[in-house]
Amino acid sequence: MTDKITVRAEAERLFAFFKASGAMAIDADLLQPADTLLDLYGEDIRARAYVTQDPNRGEMMLRPDFTVPVVQTHMEHGGEPARYTYLGEVFRKQQADSGRATEYLQVGYELFDREDPERADAEVFSLFNEVLSPLGLRPATGDIGILKAAVETLTTTERRKGALMRHIWRPRRFRALLDRFTGRVDMDAARKALLDRVAKDGAEAVVQSGGPEIGLRSREDVLARIAHLQADAAEPPISRSEAEVLDVILSLRETLPNAHQHLRDITVDLPGMAASVDRMARRMDALAAAGITVEDLPFEASFGRTTLEYYDGFVFGFVAEGRPDLPPVATGGRYDALTRVLGRGQEIPAVGGVIRPELVQQLREGLA
Amino acid sequence: MTLKLGVPSKGRLMEKTFDWFADRGIDMRRSGSDREYAAQVDGADVDLVLLSAGEIPRELQAGRIHLGVTGSDLVRERIPAWQDVVRELQPMGFGFADLIIAVPAFWVDVNSLDDLDAAAADFRRRHGHRLRIATKYHRLVREFLRDAGVADYQLVDSQGATEGTVKNLTAEAIADITSTGETLRANHLTILPGGLIHRSQAVLFKSRTADWSNGNKEILEELTDRLQG
Repeated sequence: MTDKITVRAEAERLFAFFKASGAMAIDADLLQPADTLLDLYGEDIRARAYVTQDPNRGEMMLRPDFTVPVVQTHMEHGGEPARYTYLGEVFRKQQADSGRATEYLQVGYELFDREDPERADAEVFSLFNEVLSPLGLRPATGDIGILKAAVETLTTTERRKGALMRHIWRPRRFRALLDRFTGRVDMDAARKALLDRVAKDGAEAVVQSGGPEIGLRSREDVLARIAHLQADAAEPPISRSEAEVLDVILSLRETLPNAHQHLRDITVDLPGMAASVDRMARRMDALAAAGITVEDLPFEASFGRTTLEYYDGFVFGFVAEGRPDLPPVATGGRYDALTRVLGRGQEIPAVGGVIRPELVQQLREGLA
Repeated sequence: MTLKLGVPSKGRLMEKTFDWFADRGIDMRRSGSDREYAAQVDGADVDLVLLSAGEIPRELQAGRIHLGVTGSDLVRERIPAWQDVVRELQPMGFGFADLIIAVPAFWVDVNSLDDLDAAAADFRRRHGHRLRIATKYHRLVREFLRDAGVADYQLVDSQGATEGTVKNLTAEAIADITSTGETLRANHLTILPGGLIHRSQAVLFKSRTADWSNGNKEILEELTDRLQG
């Protein structure tokens, strides 16, 4: 059992490292308004964060992470480019028997930079790599941007692409949608029955026969969706070959140079992927320039799909090999879209990550 | 110390519990006046504790009662990782109720969880907030929708008259217990196909956290022999 004083000392060491690298120290309130977090992460965050009630301010959450308040602070006051570091507790509910901490320190580093996003990705990764290097951790990298580009290049409707994009972080739902759009599974019977009735009697009459209009989701909403369903039914399936390419990309696990070469080959058939593969190449160069041995850096196209919901570009993690009982020691990635959501019209490319000092401390003790 | 059995203190659930045990040769009755919350058991070394059905999960979890009769929905909703805390000894064959998701009947375009998810995405775009589902079963509904990959919804708390929330514009859909569906129909709602979250009934639960020493284990063994009899 590591005591809190020792862990805090480790956290201070990491914090000092990031400050010495040129980051400005920043802090955030422990109590965060629940609405913002719920709107971003969805209802699932309730199962993971502690929610408390304030008679005046409404529902508040015990800070589940720093990223959101740091982005908000930056969007309100920050100049560009900006580098921030922070140290503080975050709170997460855990499964009853998981033995995982519900309250722990995080040390983070966030970089807001419009000029050269790939260089920024490499800066963040190499800083984390440097400060964690004595622990011999296994790095993992990925790129949600590649997945998004792959979806974007599909020859199909914007609406279908939108549905797939929306579920990129939910692999099972993504798979179900893809199976439907490629015709691997048949249209479900209820939808077919609905479309038959609509074809026979007209949408208005079918909705009318359902019952009176109640609630905020209006008759127009229902009619609009029926029109979408009709249009979608008339749409040809996504071709088998395109779906296969997507499968290849989703299961891609290679060293970074090999993965890049593989994806480069794919762009011959899918030129729409070229821009994001170029970005990957620039990032690889920037990582090499920052002193990273890219030749054996692992790349997994699906990395970060299940856990890191707001990341939309480069993603990375550092895990202790042979310790599946431990969560990752560090995770991070690019979250341009999050700044767009929080910035009310403004946006700024952003990348960052967090380290869990108590894991660093624990692993150092094991090494000593 | 004797073995403590928690049973619902009121109404049909109490009567049916008493009948169920009587059928298995164990007579229970309330002692004293109708208003006194005390009861006794003939033919078994058991202390009856009358409790509100909603409190029985908590008492089982705390180990203050050894056995308890309550709805399987309440145990799943109120006890995190419930299988580690209690064990289902016997489903009792009454108190049936389904926890379901219901949507307005005129939503003819919503016939599956897939549809609900897609409708929620459209709704959020058009109305600027997530589609609201009124319920008092927060944990069960959230876990169900997460497993189904439904996003862009929010749960709003409703402790009663939940079927009225859609008409009152405080929710767009509901998740609630129904037995016959009549209240749903009267409120122009219909069960979402694929939206059955849990099929609940009264169950005799055993607490894993209660003190099973001092002969209580033997009493339970004797009792279960008779109940299965």
